Amino acid sequence: MWSGSYPFVLSNLVMKDFKVRYRNMSLGVLWSMLNPLVMMGVLTFIFTKVFPNPSIPNFPLYVLCGLVAFNFFSIAWVTATTSLVDNANLVKRVAVPRQLLPIAAVFSNCIHLIVQIVLLLTLVVAFGRGVNVHWLWLPVIWSLEVVFVCGLGLMFSAMDVYVRDMRYVVESCNTILFWLVPIFYFVVPERFYGLYQYNPVTALVIASRYILLDGKAPPNTLLYKLMLVSFLMLVLGVLVFGKLKKRLYDHL
Amino acid sequence: MPSIEFLGVSKSFVRHSRGRQLLRAHLTALVRPAPKDRFYALRNISFKISHGENVAIVGANGAGKSTLLSLLAGLAAPDEGSIQVSGRIAALLELGSGFHPDLTGRENLFLNASLLGLSKKRAERIFDKVVEFSEIGDFIDEPLRTYSSGMMLRLGFSIAVNVDPDFLIVDELLAVGDQSFQVKCFGKIAELKRNGKSLVCVSHSPVVVQQLCERTLWLDHGELMVDGKTEDVLKMYGQAVFQSANVSISS
Repeated sequence: MWSGSYPFVLSNLVMKDFKVRYRNMSLGVLWSMLNPLVMMGVLTFIFTKVFPNPSIPNFPLYVLCGLVAFNFFSIAWVTATTSLVDNANLVKRVAVPRQLLPIAAVFSNCIHLIVQIVLLLTLVVAFGRGVNVHWLWLPVIWSLEVVFVCGLGLMFSAMDVYVRDMRYVVESCNTILFWLVPIFYFVVPERFYGLYQYNPVTALVIASRYILLDGKAPPNTLLYKLMLVSFLMLVLGVLVFGKLKKRLYDHL
Repeated sequence: MPSIEFLGVSKSFVRHSRGRQLLRAHLTALVRPAPKDRFYALRNISFKISHGENVAIVGANGAGKSTLLSLLAGLAAPDEGSIQVSGRIAALLELGSGFHPDLTGRENLFLNASLLGLSKKRAERIFDKVVEFSEIGDFIDEPLRTYSSGMMLRLGFSIAVNVDPDFLIVDELLAVGDQSFQVKCFGKIAELKRNGKSLVCVSHSPVVVQQLCERTLWLDHGELMVDGKTEDVLKMYGQAVFQSANVSISS
């Protein structure tokens, strides 16, 4: 019935989010850089001065690899989850395909992700790790994270309409994940390592450290797991959303 | 040919009086399933609207008019029955729906056009026509929160008519426009009709209904009372309203 152009709507929705968020901020996109830099500074202070951990060289970079991936994941997941409830006036009044709303929420966070990636790459080069051919993997692994969050976002945004507590569930999960993703510690006893890799955020963090810090290609098993879980999540998200979308109007 | 057909459509909502949206309510429902408390907004509605036909929907508050329009616009799904729609629909169900107050008129125009299903090219092509029709002038580059409700209506309506819909669906909106804009809108609606397009509107103003629509549906408590020529239906509806008012005054 609705026969519009998906890319045009999506770009308009992303622009809307972006403009609305930044029009009233004097520092604008700098905020996207400030947060990871401050966190990097704090964690570096704690784990090199308070609890020194000599097993990790280049600790600031090591931490930043984790923070960039985790920040994007956690914020995109929450904003996608609340996207339908936040845009209730659109869902109830405009016949736009609803799945575009959580997707647009994820994509508008990609703008911050890109800013933070640029920051990360700049620091990597500044710390004397050169550019290498394995950098070609970076767009692949970060795109897979976007796929994963889109799946999660579709699923949780629809559930959030039926059960409004969902955003607090997501926020709690994020708090737990901050500790379960090896952001600031050195990976993990052998017997948990395989299991850890099934978490796409962890897989992304590990893979990006292989590429940026060690100058190596990430191992294939890691990439397979990242790909598998990300696309499974997307399929699951699409299925759940399709199941729940019929009654969104009634519950908003 | 563009047309809209309702066949035995019913729509009910669960009452939310006991806070069903909370996790607690869902959990207790698992343990002790409560009978669902539903109320019917529409019951067994059937009608067909052909292209080029202007139809009004009248009825008291809570009669199901807005629910009917939501179903028409494809926003809600019916419980029973089927709805067949062919053709492009543009719905103006609420003042400023799909607009964001912090964006400028221009940004909102493109956002809205994309939501209504236009491509970027077509949105750019209608831009000048929309601004001209709305008579908003330089305000097009001001944020929407500085607009009066009349200006918001002008922008919304101008976009909706310029996307060239087969069915324009309007819920009691022209009320906030001034006279000159109303006259202009009536002219535009007449022009759409000559081109084989349709208007479906909810209105509480008999004058508007009479002027725009040759056919009227009267809804009462979710049921379709009468579907007929505007003149006849308005007469019956007016009598019924008068009678029930009379009764409540005397009793």
